[in-house]
Amino acid sequence: PWSFPGAPSLAMTAAGPSVFLLMVNGQVESAQFPEYDDLYCKYCFVYGQDWAPTAGLEEGISQITSKSQDVRRVLVWNFPIDVTFKSTNPYGWPQIVLSVYGPDVFGNDVVRGYGAVHVPFSPGRHKRTIPMFVPESTSKLQKFTSWFMGRRPEYTDPKVVAQGEGREVTRVRSQGFVTLLFNVVTKDMRKLGYDTGPPDTQGTSGPSPPQGIPR
Amino acid sequence: MVSENPHLGDQQEPMQEDSDTRPLSITSRRGPRSLPPIPSASRTGFAEFSMRERMREKLQAARSKAESTLLQEIPTPRPRRLQSPNKRELETEFGTEVRKAGEEVQRTQQDDFQSYSRVKFRDSVQKIKPKLPVPPGFPSAEEAYNFFTFNFDPEPEESQEKPKAKTRAGTNQEEEEGEEEEPPAQGERRTDEEELLSAKDEEDFLLGLDHAAEDFIAVRPAEYESVHVRLQMERELLFVPSRVTVPTYKKLPENVQPRFLEDEGLYIGARPEVPRTCQNTMENRLLTQEPGRKWFGDDGRILALPNPTKAFPSRPPVLTQAQDIKAELETLYKKAVKYVHRSQHMIGSGDPPGNFQLDIDISGLIFTHHPCFSREHVLAAKLAQLYDQYLARQQRNKAKFLTDKLQALRNAVQTGMNPAKPHKSLDTTQKAINEYKSEIRQTRKLRDTEQEKDRTLLKTIIKVWKEMKSLREFQRFTNTPLKLVLRKEKVDREADEAAYEAEIQAEISELLEEHREEYEQKMEAYRAAYQQWKAWKKAQRAKKKKKKQEHPVEEHPDEGLEEPYPGEEPVKPVPPEPTDQALVEQQVRERAARSRRRPGEPTLVPELSLAGSITPNEQCPRVEVLRREDVKRRSIYIKVIFNDKEVSRTDSRPLGADFRVHFGQIFNLQIFNWPESLTLQVYETVGHTGTTLLAEVFLPIPETTVVTGRAPIEEVEFSSNQHVTLDHEGVGSGVPFSFEADGSNQLILMTSGKVSNSVAWAIGENGIPLIPPLSQQNIGFRSALKRADAISSIGTSGLTDLKKLAKWAAESKLDPNDPNNAPLMQLISVATSGESYVPDFFRLEQLQQEFNFVSDEELNRSKRFRLLCLRSQEVPEFRNYKQIPAYDREILEKVFQDYEKRLRDRNIIETKDHIDTHRAIVAKYLQQVRESVINRFLIAKHHFLLSDLVVEEEVPNISILGLSLFKLAEQKRPLRPRRKGRKKVTAQNLSDGDIKVLVNIIRAYDIPVRKPTASKFQQPSRSSRTFSEKRAASPTTHSPTHSVDYPLGQVLVRPFVEVSFQRTICHTTTAEGPNPSWNEELELPFRAPNGDYSTTSLQSVKDDVFINIFDEVLYDVLEDDRERGSGIHTRIERHWLGSVKIPFSTIYFQAKIDGTFKIDIPPVLLGYSKERSLIIERGFDSVRSLSEGSYITLFITIEPQLVPGESVREKFDSQEDEKLLQATEKFQTECALKFPHRQCLTTVTDISGKTVFVTRYLKPLNPPQELLDACPNSPQATAELVARYVSLIPFLPDTVSFASICDLWSTSDQFLDLLAGDEEEHAVLLCNYFLSLGKKAWLMMGSAIPEGPTAYVLTREQSHYLIWNPCTGHFYGQFDTFCPLKSVGCLIGPDNIWFNIQRYDSPLRINFDVTKPKLWKSFFSRSLPYPGLSSVQPEELIYQRTDKAAAAELQDRIEKILKEKIMDWRPRHLTRWNRYCTSALRHFLPVLERSRGEDVEDDHRAELLKQLGDYRFSGFPLHMPYSELKPLIEAVYSTGVHNIDVPNVEFALAVYIHPYPKNVLSVWIYVASLIRNR
Repeated sequence: PWSFPGAPSLAMTAAGPSVFLLMVNGQVESAQFPEYDDLYCKYCFVYGQDWAPTAGLEEGISQITSKSQDVRRVLVWNFPIDVTFKSTNPYGWPQIVLSVYGPDVFGNDVVRGYGAVHVPFSPGRHKRTIPMFVPESTSKLQKFTSWFMGRRPEYTDPKVVAQGEGREVTRVRSQGFVTLLFNVVTKDMRKLGYDTGPPDTQGTSGPSPPQGIPR
Repeated sequence: MVSENPHLGDQQEPMQEDSDTRPLSITSRRGPRSLPPIPSASRTGFAEFSMRERMREKLQAARSKAESTLLQEIPTPRPRRLQSPNKRELETEFGTEVRKAGEEVQRTQQDDFQSYSRVKFRDSVQKIKPKLPVPPGFPSAEEAYNFFTFNFDPEPEESQEKPKAKTRAGTNQEEEEGEEEEPPAQGERRTDEEELLSAKDEEDFLLGLDHAAEDFIAVRPAEYESVHVRLQMERELLFVPSRVTVPTYKKLPENVQPRFLEDEGLYIGARPEVPRTCQNTMENRLLTQEPGRKWFGDDGRILALPNPTKAFPSRPPVLTQAQDIKAELETLYKKAVKYVHRSQHMIGSGDPPGNFQLDIDISGLIFTHHPCFSREHVLAAKLAQLYDQYLARQQRNKAKFLTDKLQALRNAVQTGMNPAKPHKSLDTTQKAINEYKSEIRQTRKLRDTEQEKDRTLLKTIIKVWKEMKSLREFQRFTNTPLKLVLRKEKVDREADEAAYEAEIQAEISELLEEHREEYEQKMEAYRAAYQQWKAWKKAQRAKKKKKKQEHPVEEHPDEGLEEPYPGEEPVKPVPPEPTDQALVEQQVRERAARSRRRPGEPTLVPELSLAGSITPNEQCPRVEVLRREDVKRRSIYIKVIFNDKEVSRTDSRPLGADFRVHFGQIFNLQIFNWPESLTLQVYETVGHTGTTLLAEVFLPIPETTVVTGRAPIEEVEFSSNQHVTLDHEGVGSGVPFSFEADGSNQLILMTSGKVSNSVAWAIGENGIPLIPPLSQQNIGFRSALKRADAISSIGTSGLTDLKKLAKWAAESKLDPNDPNNAPLMQLISVATSGESYVPDFFRLEQLQQEFNFVSDEELNRSKRFRLLCLRSQEVPEFRNYKQIPAYDREILEKVFQDYEKRLRDRNIIETKDHIDTHRAIVAKYLQQVRESVINRFLIAKHHFLLSDLVVEEEVPNISILGLSLFKLAEQKRPLRPRRKGRKKVTAQNLSDGDIKVLVNIIRAYDIPVRKPTASKFQQPSRSSRTFSEKRAASPTTHSPTHSVDYPLGQVLVRPFVEVSFQRTICHTTTAEGPNPSWNEELELPFRAPNGDYSTTSLQSVKDDVFINIFDEVLYDVLEDDRERGSGIHTRIERHWLGSVKIPFSTIYFQAKIDGTFKIDIPPVLLGYSKERSLIIERGFDSVRSLSEGSYITLFITIEPQLVPGESVREKFDSQEDEKLLQATEKFQTECALKFPHRQCLTTVTDISGKTVFVTRYLKPLNPPQELLDACPNSPQATAELVARYVSLIPFLPDTVSFASICDLWSTSDQFLDLLAGDEEEHAVLLCNYFLSLGKKAWLMMGSAIPEGPTAYVLTREQSHYLIWNPCTGHFYGQFDTFCPLKSVGCLIGPDNIWFNIQRYDSPLRINFDVTKPKLWKSFFSRSLPYPGLSSVQPEELIYQRTDKAAAAELQDRIEKILKEKIMDWRPRHLTRWNRYCTSALRHFLPVLERSRGEDVEDDHRAELLKQLGDYRFSGFPLHMPYSELKPLIEAVYSTGVHNIDVPNVEFALAVYIHPYPKNVLSVWIYVASLIRNR
């Protein structure tokens, strides 16, 4: 007889959802770059064609942080991520792409690391430690001049680290780690037939052990 | 007492000092205070201030009281001294604001104690425990302060020196403090305790005080403290806890027994390890304190948490020392954990996975042949075998059974023959008798064979025994203990004989009867056959006669058909012979003699015993001894193989002399699954050398009913195919040997034997047999894999088995209800129902079908899947399809319609949109080229170079390095203003309405002005002027006369601008005059095609922004002059004056367009003329003569600014020389370094996608002869004509056709074939024509407005340079300010490229002399000479004359369509066509074409006026190249002619198409509206 304005029509809800939602929040917690200091990081999301952000920021740039004075020497950003996607298709699941920058000895802003990781599939709290890498100079001379000029090789678009195509032409060096924390909530995934959660209906699992090298 | 004031002054200072240090003094006694914190910003600031205030007040109030107290005391600098340790602690101690306040009170307490503890301190020191009585008059804060102040009476200098002198006291105090570290923690919230502690402090103070009192004497001896005194003092001061163990009772409350929780079974963690002495010290210390016992638990030990330290370090191993890890790592043995197999073969998930057990009992092994057998052994084995056989037969005694049966049957027949029971029907009896008889026959036969077998067996046994005996005699030793005894059993000869005879007689009679029956049957058959034969014979004869009469020839073919017995000719039957009784009897007797015991012959019963003795070794020949030794060396063991895996093996047992091995071992196999195979492998070991596999014995898997204890011992035979030859008495295996001396009658025996074993299922503890569930058995496990495809997954061996099994099952008539057969029946039902068809092919991916979650058809039917596939193939329609719906039902069918239509139409040439077929073909061709290029590009797009991914600085050369170094030194100018770029938006997240096109109309120049309303008197003179006159008369000469016409103050023109984009229309306000200034911003929304805002989509937007200039004309429509006073009736009409058209793609790529543009004004604008030279002086006029026209200043941009798609770097392959390519790259980078914004072009991509050097495009090419013939005398006119011809070829930007791909250059012949191209193609063609005309011409790359980067043509005339716009056909002088070309990047000639290295790039300011290397950097130079590149252009262009008839037809069609369109645009009004006017216009259009749109207005107007005298006429011709219909319609629409809504308006529309060679068509459309003047 009546319905709220703006509410989905009854027919639509009866037919079942046509999109599922993925809400990601969390933060770019900290990083370990043993050789560098005063770094900041940028993040952005890379996702497939069937995905669209509905709320939140899909790009962000953090403050500059300095190393902690204790023995851990961590760079803490605690930079929040909060974005919601909708999609019809899990293909092209969002990836977060991180790029870390900081000054070199001459004060030039150079890149200190690129990294990417998929947003966790299953709902719950996830901690991810991403090893970071930077493109290498093509020659020793290039390396010297890029060091001297303060113009290190960089990716034309940081998003290339989220794709596999064309990577074979690059050479990279790994340096540092970034730790991310994700809280993932999904909606209607199961209704659309995608089961990503744990088999029981508990929904959440404990924090998974960080990937990569133990800290 | 001194006066107050100095006191105060004195006091404030120390106090101030004190407040600085106060927090420190507090920390030495950490008793908790509950004073509220004083919020203070700084220590010395507010706190100090408030303190002073308070002091000052309290000083006054409490003076008298304090004085009395003070008198008793010795004035001391106590507080001062207190400071000393505090000061020392400055670095280490921490003070808080809270403490600061607390300290104040504390201090007062201290000082107060001081006063009376002097009296009692001895007591207090001696007894530690007793409470120090609280003095009745506990000092208030005021008193304390008071007291405090009085302490400072002494000289300040002295007191300052004091601390230094009294360091000892300080250290003393420190010690004390050290002692006191523990107690404060104990005394929480206990003021008593606090007091006690404070009192303790006092001791120290007092001791210090005694000395301090002496300080007042100026001269004194050196301070000395005797050791004794000090010790004494220390003893009093210090508490040294004892190390003696404290007895438990002390630690517990009185009369409490220690309680040990651990003994009561409660868990108590491991206590941290503390040395015993430390523990004792602690206990002692705690006990001396007041509530000491609370630290002890019930067991009398100090309360302690469990030991928190981990026994092992939790720090991860350091990875860098990888080599050390091994040493540090300790390997721990872990017992193997049973992997509980989630039985993959199990289907019935209800069956609990469990451990099942199979017991295999291997009791022993007997060789029936072994290489070490001697000949005697061979015979013995044979004998034993035969005897076994005999025994088995004897046990069954089949012959006896059959004889009995026969007897019974005979009896039955006898009774049946003589019916004693009459009630039985005769039929059944007869039938039964017949059955009996046949059974008798059968049984007799069986009995006979059995008896014969018995007899032969007996004979063989005897024969073998005889052989053996003879062998033993021959070899003179005995090897085997075998001994055969034949026992004779006497029989009654008479009875025996009678029975024998009776038997024979019975048999004979039966046989005879049989034969008789048989004979009768045969006779019967014979008679029937004979009858038939006779009938046939007769018929044959009759037929023969008949046939001979009628068709003698066709006899034979017909014969077969008419035969009653088709087929062969019946033979004449032979009558059967009757049986001969004697013969039968003879046969029977013979058989009986052969198979049966003769009557009276004794029955022989053989008995085999092992009673014989074996000849000892000493008496044997050497070979035999060797053999026996060899046997002894051999041993045997058996491996148990389960599912092809060895699970256990028996002990190795020596081979006995009798070739028997006894194992007697039982193996329990713990299994999870139904066993697939069970095998025993028999191994033989010879000595210590080698082990050989003798044979494999396959054991059957026991039935589920066979459980341990009930399983019989079974003997399973085995044999080996090994060949063994031995050099002793042993006969070997697989080698021939003979018993005869002459070696004849050879035997070849293979190693063989029997394993006696039993396999059974074990029984569990509770009596349940440990058998895997039935479903897991063979059948179940197979069907579990895949019902339909089981066979293919098992393999062909299973397949054959299955077939056989099914066949066997069908034949053997199994009971389908037997639960034992259930799995089998299931299998059979599966096999026979066709559910499991047997594929006769081999499949590589057997399980693929299992992973298909829907069938292929269903998958192909899925719209969603199709959409996903098309998108991933990057089909243009779907390449950017976003958010493919999750369900099929949400995908509309029309999504595919366009795509399907395109696929359908791929080869159909659509003429509807294009009208003329040639263009349709061209459009199709263009489409195909586009597709192929896009495909090439899509492939190339996935091929990356390093530079695509990584931005890396080039290695700088020295000059740049120097420059950058110089830059480092450059002064920073922070105040230098910088233009801030607008925020650019990536086009990804945009939607409709987000993007707007902003058009800022600033001003216009030289708008045509209205002519005064036609004055009739002028007309005749005008019309009378001849056509030739017009040319001669310069327009300027008319001007004065025109000016005369204008009445003063009359508005010349009221222009306004209307901008239309994507059918959205905005217009400015109306301005006045020919040079209006609007300065208005118009906002037009932008919609991307299909809502797709991706870069590629935006690049391919073909819409144009039309900027139309109209004149607003007010007409008085008042018809009655009398009403003029009361009302105004005017009608607004607007007259189109001209337009500017800017493609959206240009705006998109340029981001903004800013400049002055020439308004495209129709050549004839009736009623308007250019207001010119009215104000301007002649001299200036001549300068502008070339640039006559109207101009508008515009600024256009897109809001928000879109990021234009990156021009894709061309990555196509090339056929150019590698050196040349490298040179081009070098050239380009060099140029880009110097002038990064100047266009430098060396290589381009041709239409097939290959990189080509640009000069190859330039080559003299012949223009159409027709054009050359037009003005043979004037080269300039020819040039203009050629330029016009080129401009008539439609313009189609590459970016539109090849969205975002790249710039493709087609050669001139391709260009003319395609009849579409962008600036480059036009410019190339024009340049080539000019070259062929003998001009010096260059392709000029630069940027112009509004096109942006573009190509023009530069020609060098005698004295000056001309710049040609190839797309419009206009030319400009080098110094023409209105030239749209704004910058020049490079010049391209047929043999070289010159890059502009002049300071300026505007054509006005540069020198076009390319021979000067300082101004123009040439590509080919002395270092790199021109290699003589061949051209890609054709030798010659061939022009077909365009079909005039086709052009005329096209003209008619266009006219018709346009008329329809105009009527469509006026849905609410009647549209009348003035045919008279239309025909007049139609005649006029060719004139316009001939004059190339030059000013023919006046004549035309005159003519029109003459013809249409009383019409007010407003209209204009439009001219454009013809490409397709849509632009024409748009152009007509944009003029707004149809917008007139005067009721009596009439329209006229005429189209003229002038054909040029090669199908280049020039289209003229004259559209006009007419209003009849009343």
